[in-house]
Amino acid sequence: MDLFLQNIVNALQWGSFYALIALGYSMVYSILMLFNFAHGDIFMVGAYIGFGVATALLGFVAMTGIPLPGWLILILTIIITMFITSFVGIFIERVGYRPLREAPRASAAITGLMIGIILETGNLAILGARRLSFPQLIESTTYQFGGVYVTNKKILIVGVSLTLMFLLHRFIQKSKWGMAMRAMSFDFEAVPLMGISINRIAPLTFAIGSALAAAAGILYGLAYPVLDPYMGILLGWKAFVAAILGGRGSILGAALAGFMLGFIEIFAAWIFPSTLRDVIAYSIILLILTFRPHGFFGKAHSTQLRL
Amino acid sequence: MEEQNEKDQRPKKGFKAWLQKLFAGIPLIGWLFSVFGAVLIEYFLGDLISYYLGLPKIPVLFGFLTVLKKPLLIPGIIGYLILVYGLPILLIAKSLRKPANKLAAFLDKGPVSIGAIIHLGFFYGAMHFWTDLSDYRLLVLKLTMIAIMLTLSINVINGYMGEFSCSHPGFMALGAYGASTITLLLFANDKLFGDALLPVALGFYFFPLALIGGGLIAALGALVIAIPSFRTRGDYLAIISLAFLFIVKSLIENLEFIGGPRGMSSQPNYANLPMVFTVMVLCIWIINNFVRSTMGKALNAVRDNELAAEVMTVNTRKTKIIAFMFAAFWAGVAGGLFAHVLRYVNPGSFGIQRLAEILAMVYFGGLNSVTGSIVGAVSISILSEALRPLEIYKWIIIPLLLILVMLFRPTGLIAFTEFNPKELMKPKKKRIEEQ
Repeated sequence: MDLFLQNIVNALQWGSFYALIALGYSMVYSILMLFNFAHGDIFMVGAYIGFGVATALLGFVAMTGIPLPGWLILILTIIITMFITSFVGIFIERVGYRPLREAPRASAAITGLMIGIILETGNLAILGARRLSFPQLIESTTYQFGGVYVTNKKILIVGVSLTLMFLLHRFIQKSKWGMAMRAMSFDFEAVPLMGISINRIAPLTFAIGSALAAAAGILYGLAYPVLDPYMGILLGWKAFVAAILGGRGSILGAALAGFMLGFIEIFAAWIFPSTLRDVIAYSIILLILTFRPHGFFGKAHSTQLRL
Repeated sequence: MEEQNEKDQRPKKGFKAWLQKLFAGIPLIGWLFSVFGAVLIEYFLGDLISYYLGLPKIPVLFGFLTVLKKPLLIPGIIGYLILVYGLPILLIAKSLRKPANKLAAFLDKGPVSIGAIIHLGFFYGAMHFWTDLSDYRLLVLKLTMIAIMLTLSINVINGYMGEFSCSHPGFMALGAYGASTITLLLFANDKLFGDALLPVALGFYFFPLALIGGGLIAALGALVIAIPSFRTRGDYLAIISLAFLFIVKSLIENLEFIGGPRGMSSQPNYANLPMVFTVMVLCIWIINNFVRSTMGKALNAVRDNELAAEVMTVNTRKTKIIAFMFAAFWAGVAGGLFAHVLRYVNPGSFGIQRLAEILAMVYFGGLNSVTGSIVGAVSISILSEALRPLEIYKWIIIPLLLILVMLFRPTGLIAFTEFNPKELMKPKKKRIEEQ
């Protein structure tokens, strides 16, 4: 029983990474009807930018002697990194996706893939092959509830990601921009005629998605402090699968499916040999998609590939 | 209007016209013959020429590698290229224009197959002597041929069928492991499966059967994807096939009896150049016939409008499943060859990286086109070998190139064109006289 609860805690942690990344995929899909295949690498870039910001802030503290507490530095890091990374997203949209808006969607997918490779290799070329270790901004303390061990980092990770998801939900439901985004995802063709420019909504979507990925990157860096340029590949593709599982274009679905993927993976690794984790997780996904082709919350629409 | 007509009738001038005149009137067989001659010159005189030009050895891949490593040797390399390839090809092609045209006209009268075989024979001869000089060339050439097969087969799905499949490395892995298991189990004494069950000497002759076996396993795997995913349209196949790719890779990592994560090694050396070349030619021929058959037309109809195709009595689901399995079969055969060329496979070589590579090839070359696939596969594989000295910067240059292609030609360089061997092999003399 203790082990079960322990696994739930771990699953919540992994689920928050998946959910935060999957949200970016899903939002872009709901607006532009295409998957941003560079998103996993934006997560990686976010983690590296977070590394830079955190190091700079720590250096600032050491230089000026202002005793900033660790949690404040962490919050500052998250906010600054999200801000910077959102411009990476805007840049990618401007360079890679906007010129291809009328092109076949597969071409845009290929462009995304290639931008991802450029981000990975560019990172490798600039920073070299050595792995960086993410600075530990807060002291790790372990709390014990019954037989379950919970570190403050895990609480922080789940807490921050849930907060971000809540903020995103409020933004989309209550703000004017959010309303524009919802309208755009409802009808891609008619809304631009109503005076809402796709060229403003699409960058906004990319910016928000990238910011969330960056937050996931920092949180990932807190939990697993080793950064390498290819860390975005595996997590990114898995989050992509989660976005599908939740239903394309559904924000709530993406978040839920992200957590669910975390649960499936952790429990598959717990019950079966851990090397079989991917086989079992993906087989379950395959089964779910066989019976619910549009995911949990997706609308059953047939999309014709514009080829 | 009249002025324009006059303009057209005036003889063309300038460098471009001169170039056109230089290259006009030479049939394909003339070019092949001159390439063969140039390769022979390199084979016999290459060492001598490179010695006099101050090169350490014969430039392996047209000097790309040497140029990028030692820029001082650029004049020598250029001289070598002109002396060994440029001049001889041009001279032989020009001087043999008349007999070559006669031969082409003679072949044109007979059946296409004989003409094609003679052309391919010349082509193979050139490659044989070209690769005889270095093992590196041989490896690059074999891998390029395998890349052609992979690109063609994924073009059937992504181009002709208009879906987006991500599972090609998975099919390749199935084929590679299937074929390797057959050859290692039956015809090789190795660590994994013990002694050979059948006489080792028979192995080479049964190798095609092993390849077909690998291909069939891949096709069976394709059925797993095809049955659930062709019920709806859209990006559905992309996701299912992606999940399939992960499952296959992870499953192979977990199966200890085929080596697990360590992979399989010491495959017998069956995949020599003639074998790879023959299989590639067969693959091009069969896929070309497939996409031009009724089935291929039905496939295009499904892509353009599924509902209309259904109304026109096309059994859309069956068509899609057959085409998908067909493509997977060839990917499996290519995988089997891949395993026997490298003589080592591990699950790591069939991941997302490989997928990006294959997709790059097909979208670079052009969708819905056999020629495009060949061009894409050859250019990306040669480019990625030629840029090897740049190390990781290679993976910035190639993606950038591909993005540029996507921005300016979203369906690839040579998309939606037909591949017609008969037209290619025609004598060129007539056309000039007509003009």
